[in-house]
Amino acid sequence: MKSPAFDYIRARSVAHALETYRSLDGEGVYLAGGHSVVPSLTLRLQAPAALIDLSGIDALTGISLDDGWLRIGAMTRHAEVAADPMIRDHAHLFHLAAPHVAHPAIRNRGTIGGSLSLADPASEFPAVALALRAEMEVAGHDGVRRVKADDFFLDIYETAMDPGEILQAILVPPVRAGDVAVFDELARRRGDYAMVGAAVQAMVDAGRVADISIAFFSVGNKPTRAGAAESALRGARLDDATIAAAQSALDADLDPSDEPQMPASVRRHLARVLLGRLLGHLGTTA
Amino acid sequence: MTMDIELTVNGEHVRESVEPRMSLADFLRERLQLTGTHLGCEMGACGACLVLLGGKPVHACLVLAVQAAGETVETIEGLSESGAIADLQAAFHDRNALQCGFCTTGMMVNAHALLGDNPAPERAEIRDALSGNYCRCTGYEAIVDAIDATARKRASDVEAPA
Repeated sequence: MKSPAFDYIRARSVAHALETYRSLDGEGVYLAGGHSVVPSLTLRLQAPAALIDLSGIDALTGISLDDGWLRIGAMTRHAEVAADPMIRDHAHLFHLAAPHVAHPAIRNRGTIGGSLSLADPASEFPAVALALRAEMEVAGHDGVRRVKADDFFLDIYETAMDPGEILQAILVPPVRAGDVAVFDELARRRGDYAMVGAAVQAMVDAGRVADISIAFFSVGNKPTRAGAAESALRGARLDDATIAAAQSALDADLDPSDEPQMPASVRRHLARVLLGRLLGHLGTTA
Repeated sequence: MTMDIELTVNGEHVRESVEPRMSLADFLRERLQLTGTHLGCEMGACGACLVLLGGKPVHACLVLAVQAAGETVETIEGLSESGAIADLQAAFHDRNALQCGFCTTGMMVNAHALLGDNPAPERAEIRDALSGNYCRCTGYEAIVDAIDATARKRASDVEAPA
């Protein structure tokens, strides 16, 4: 056994989980799918007194529509995100992104809530949540609050959740007429971390971009909205000149750092290439 | 802390007392002597430890034994003894789809699950399904061939039963 010793508690409800966390005085770690927590234990990157397993809590499961908003329970596994017809119809970007998350066996266990809570800047789902302008339903001792995706991801592995809070569900705004979604990433091998990836949610009306949100991942410390590129596109006809302008605008949006595996200039180049492809695809999808 | 867990492994009811930190892979290998589940990276990258949990392939190194309480587990030993993958095993042998054999059990579990979900996969789909299984001997081509051949053989057997 490679992990440090820890206790294991199966939470019966969100209230039970919150209470258990508090009783552990900062020494507890929540366990969802476990596909980031367990390797971190095996590598002895953390040594909690106890794991609090959230997998048996009914309130964290299920996918439902409420007043047009799609509510995706935090314990929804990646494979379910890929296969669920409600997600396909009401949160199409998640449907498109799910097959890119790791490998099939990982997708059978990993959860959407775990991925969003971890906030790995190379992960697909945080960028999708940004592009969809989704909201996070967060439970704590003071009750439940909703946090907009734009305010949720703060830094590498850092979110707006306080220690001990639990992400209960992801809420996706109602689908609008003319909504189109495109997603892609550039990776050396399917399932590897992307060198750069992007999620685009747009509303196209008679060839013009009525509204658009673009979120990149793997280009910085957190998933990033490309606000300048969005401005270059909003209201414009989706032609070659507009796409070129949006690609140029990315320089103002993205600030990757130089890394041994990849200089920042290469990552910027790949981001422009990817955006060009996605916008071209958007033109043919709309 | 130790916990009593009960689960079904290869059709047999199992009851054991385990530390929470024990992975399902260690549990299978050390407690049940089911050593066909191999441990390579122990962090979900290599795919050697794949087993079926509730009928779906998962990394036994990333699941704690206590998380598998109440669940159904099938390992390479169960799949092999039931004859469920006899044709896949024969195809791997015929096509030289293994050399050292370390990755093979994980490959088998994954290929078995793939063919259950998708009986006629394209080669690209086979490669995608195997993207999380490392093989350092074969270069994968023979493995894809063996899975492809098994799918075709099963389809032709259905069309023209012997």
